[in-house]
Amino acid sequence: MQTVLQHPLFTPILVTLVIVAVFPLLAGYIVLVERKVLADFQVRLGPMRVGPHGLLQPIADALKLLLKEDIIPADADRSIFWLAPVISTFTALTAFSVIPFSKTIYVADVNVGILVISAMSAVGILGIILGGWASNSHYPLLGALRSAAQLVSYEVALAFALLSGLMVAGTLSLQGIVQAQMQRGIWFVFSNYGFMIVPFVVYMIAATAETNRAPFDLPEAESELVAGFHTEYSGFRWALYFLAEYANIFVVASVAVTLFWGGWLRPFPSVKWLALLDYLVPLLVFAGSGAASLVLVKRLKDPLQQKVLVGAALLLVVAGLVYVIPAVNAAAIGPFWFLFKVSLVIYLMIWFRGTFPRFRYDQLMDIGWKWMIPIGMGAIVVNAALGMLPPR
Amino acid sequence: MLMDTILFYLFAALVLGGGILTITRRNAVHSAIFLILSLLGVAGLYLLQSAEFLFAVQIVLYVGGIMVLFLFVIMLVNLDQAAKEKQFNRQWTVALACAGLVGAEIFYFLAKGAGAFQLAKGTAEANTGMGNTERLADALFSQYLLPFEIASLLLLVAVVGSVVMAKKRI
Repeated sequence: MQTVLQHPLFTPILVTLVIVAVFPLLAGYIVLVERKVLADFQVRLGPMRVGPHGLLQPIADALKLLLKEDIIPADADRSIFWLAPVISTFTALTAFSVIPFSKTIYVADVNVGILVISAMSAVGILGIILGGWASNSHYPLLGALRSAAQLVSYEVALAFALLSGLMVAGTLSLQGIVQAQMQRGIWFVFSNYGFMIVPFVVYMIAATAETNRAPFDLPEAESELVAGFHTEYSGFRWALYFLAEYANIFVVASVAVTLFWGGWLRPFPSVKWLALLDYLVPLLVFAGSGAASLVLVKRLKDPLQQKVLVGAALLLVVAGLVYVIPAVNAAAIGPFWFLFKVSLVIYLMIWFRGTFPRFRYDQLMDIGWKWMIPIGMGAIVVNAALGMLPPR
Repeated sequence: MLMDTILFYLFAALVLGGGILTITRRNAVHSAIFLILSLLGVAGLYLLQSAEFLFAVQIVLYVGGIMVLFLFVIMLVNLDQAAKEKQFNRQWTVALACAGLVGAEIFYFLAKGAGAFQLAKGTAEANTGMGNTERLADALFSQYLLPFEIASLLLLVAVVGSVVMAKKRI
């Protein structure tokens, strides 16, 4: 047992298995959060039927997708139709391999980490284009062409924003970037006299476009293209595209958190007495949300749903209390901060979707080429100049 | 070491097989996919030489950039028409001469072995602890700065030229 535990491949394989096993479920719950939050923005209730407040909706959705008939259009290019969602899912999940969840929990610390993520998102475009083309249908083809143009344009802006961050970090390894922030005791978004907020904004806009999300969801604009590149996909293949999309969202959020918001570091990593936050925030988040959902129990009418919600609330409270144990806290606080920040970024992206109307195609290209890329380039120059100044 | 050898042959097979299938497929999109496979094989070979930076850049630029634009153009072309046209042209004498030259080159290198290459001196001090990316940047921005700048000027000329040609009125 000891030899197995200390084998250098033990953690990577374990983390890989956990990611592959847990992420589909997590994606389902991100979708539920998205639907609930959007419903809140639009003063509706959102999913309410399956489980208390729709809490079991993702599981029902997953079952439905697994059991649905798998339809391939008669004139489709069958082999590519089959291959395209596989490419998307494969690349999206591969990008997870370089994300550092904490000091010890990661699959691989590659010294070109950021580039691996860019490479994977670049290859992921192929899944969308090929899927749209192989369907042999008008709307998917239009969606695929739009997405190819959009992704190639915004990739440039994204790269410029990343470059600014990398210049401050001085390394391409994602783990190294977090270590650099720990050493300097500052999250890079506040670095360079606060100027790094500019590349961060460019990054967020480009990343939203890169993940095909509103207001840049032209490739799958429902009102114009039915469902864009995945119109002809159904059942499990569609689920794969869906999984890839949410995996991409998670990955861009993780890169934003790692490069700009300190990765798995707590706020003010260099101030010793603020280590208090390591205990306080998880307790507040978990136990607080658990207590808040206990209040909701009374409003439910179905006794079974009441029991399920009580169970979920108690689980949250227990999770919060577990964080008070010092040994557990030391091991689990990294992933907590990381996932906490990632969820905030994902919430921000949902917020975008609920707030901004979809852009027109020419506006999209204008923003990409005439605003984002020049601002990104300018940010590099300014950051280089600020980086030459003596440190504060 | 055995793993490296296996991987090398795997990637080499990917490169060659992808290349052959690229020119023999009738469907242009299938050709493009096999070209992508071939390029991915090259990226794998870079990785085996522990040139991680080149590996990532190969994928980002060739697979993610150039091949996406290729596919973009292919999709706008009428494929049924293209598939009916003759696939190979008749310039086999020129092709034979090229193939013969490359064959002679490979034969020369195989016969002479390592002596055929003049290895740079830098390889001896390669293990200074610096990453592949840092060393590449170091060489590019100090030792080879002038060629690098000239290459970027060339690319700038190409960019400006294409804009001028595409747009009648600027």
